[in-house]
Amino acid sequence: MIDVKGLTKSFGNHLVLDHIDQHIHPGEKVVVIGPSGSGKSTFLRCLNLLETPTSGSITFQGQEITDPKADINAVRRQMGMVFQHFNLFPNMTIRKNITLAPVQTRLMSQAEADDAATALLRRVNLEEKADAYPAQLSGGQKQRIAIVRALAMKPKLMLFDEPTSALDPEMVGEVLAVMKELADEGMTMVVVTHEMGFAREVGTRVLFMDGGKILEEDEPHAFFAHPKEPRTIEFLSKVL
Amino acid sequence: MDLAYYYELWRGMMLSKDPAVAAEWWQVFFVRFYQAFLENDRWQQYLRGVGTTLCVTAIALCIGVVLGVLVAVVRTAHDQQRPGRRNVLLGAVNFVCRVYVTIIRGTPMMVQILIMGMVIFSSSRNYTMVGALTLGINSGAYVAEIIRGGLMSLDPGQMEAGRSLGLGYFDTMRFIVIPQAFKAILPSLGNEFIVLLKDTSMISVIGGQELIKAARDIINRTYDAMFPLIGSAVIYLVLVMIFSWLQGILERRLRQSDRR
Ligand SMILES: Nc1ncnc2c1ncn2[C@@H]1O[C@H](COP(=O)(O)OP(=O)(O)OP(=O)(O)O)[C@@H](O)[C@H]1O
Ligand SMILES: [Mg+2]
Repeated sequence: MIDVKGLTKSFGNHLVLDHIDQHIHPGEKVVVIGPSGSGKSTFLRCLNLLETPTSGSITFQGQEITDPKADINAVRRQMGMVFQHFNLFPNMTIRKNITLAPVQTRLMSQAEADDAATALLRRVNLEEKADAYPAQLSGGQKQRIAIVRALAMKPKLMLFDEPTSALDPEMVGEVLAVMKELADEGMTMVVVTHEMGFAREVGTRVLFMDGGKILEEDEPHAFFAHPKEPRTIEFLSKVL
Repeated sequence: MDLAYYYELWRGMMLSKDPAVAAEWWQVFFVRFYQAFLENDRWQQYLRGVGTTLCVTAIALCIGVVLGVLVAVVRTAHDQQRPGRRNVLLGAVNFVCRVYVTIIRGTPMMVQILIMGMVIFSSSRNYTMVGALTLGINSGAYVAEIIRGGLMSLDPGQMEAGRSLGLGYFDTMRFIVIPQAFKAILPSLGNEFIVLLKDTSMISVIGGQELIKAARDIINRTYDAMFPLIGSAVIYLVLVMIFSWLQGILERRLRQSDRR
């Protein structure tokens, strides 16, 4: 589904991603872990071109999206992204947050989008918040809305950048539950997280990043049971 | 006929406790007041002056906002280009915008008005419009910086969220960034509007027919400066207070999405 070849990203002369090669298959739930500053967010943001790679190529469903002529808006419509800090639009109601993009990109009419929003809100048990503003919601509620806002575009792939890191502990569960449900429905997902339980339970593959490289990857059971690299062992001993 | 003159009269009245002196004081007061505002229907001159002042403010505001938005959008779009995709035309326009903002902010308004009135448009007789144009061009540079500040101060996550949903740069600007930036900069914009309203008084130096010009014409006829000038000051004050009140109402309405 997504093919990354020799992906390199530098900020000035600070090399953040160092020749990353990755292939993500449809239906995979890839969990990316690693120490702070290792380039996890940058990797994720390169996948939907929020960061422009310095070199290397990314191919999404057969189309090279790093080609300067590629229509990046069309590509992004097929990839949802969920941010650590939710990034809901505070000037709009929840319903408008969800329907804005589908309507403006002509994916749906306003009526269809309103129906879709109602269905999505019901799915995360937040129907009664449709006409509220983001400032009126708790962190966990905001993040659930951010997830369904991305889903309203009917994406083929969902990117999550530490979706629970900004939440109070008692709200982490409700967000992970929504993500797990999404995973069970077969969505292809790339998730940067510090939630090792989620990685183990939901992930189909775990990537360990350090210093701009993917040092180690494996299916979660083997990954956590028998890490091979010393850096991975050290990292896991700190977080587990 | 200055304040000291009125004060001396008033002191004399207070010290003497003589009703005749008091009567003289009041007489002077009323005669001056009459000459400044009522004689020959002079209040109409002030009224026309206020009309022109408001009209000049409105024209300058329109020019200023249009210029300001254009310059701010060019400069922000230029700064937010993806590296490696620099647009040469945008770079050139951006340079022009920067020169404009630098010149306007780097020279006194009075000098700009004099140059426009006495050098660039020295053959024009329509002093008021030349003045309005100058004020608009001047205001545009400040409005541009206010808008640019508002756009920059917004959490970049908002732009990223819009773009990650597949909205284009201009749609994201239009629906997400600009409405929020507008709310954030409304107090500074209101301030700029107040400055503009008061700065219209400066166009009288090139013969613009606004309130201060009316006041000065009346001073030249009655040889009394106090009443026309204090009267004009009160008029400006009232206009600004009315405007501040309207601005407060608008700000409260825009804050409704902040309620918890
Ligand atoms: N826009 C930027 N400009 C300059 N440097 C940046 C920028 N974004 C990231 N970096 C640098 O790139 C490196 C990797 O950042 P990144 O955010 O990808 O790390 P991360 O693995 O997501 O860390 P964390 O767990 O803290 O989120 C860091 O050293 C960071 O300082
Ligand atoms: Mg990060």
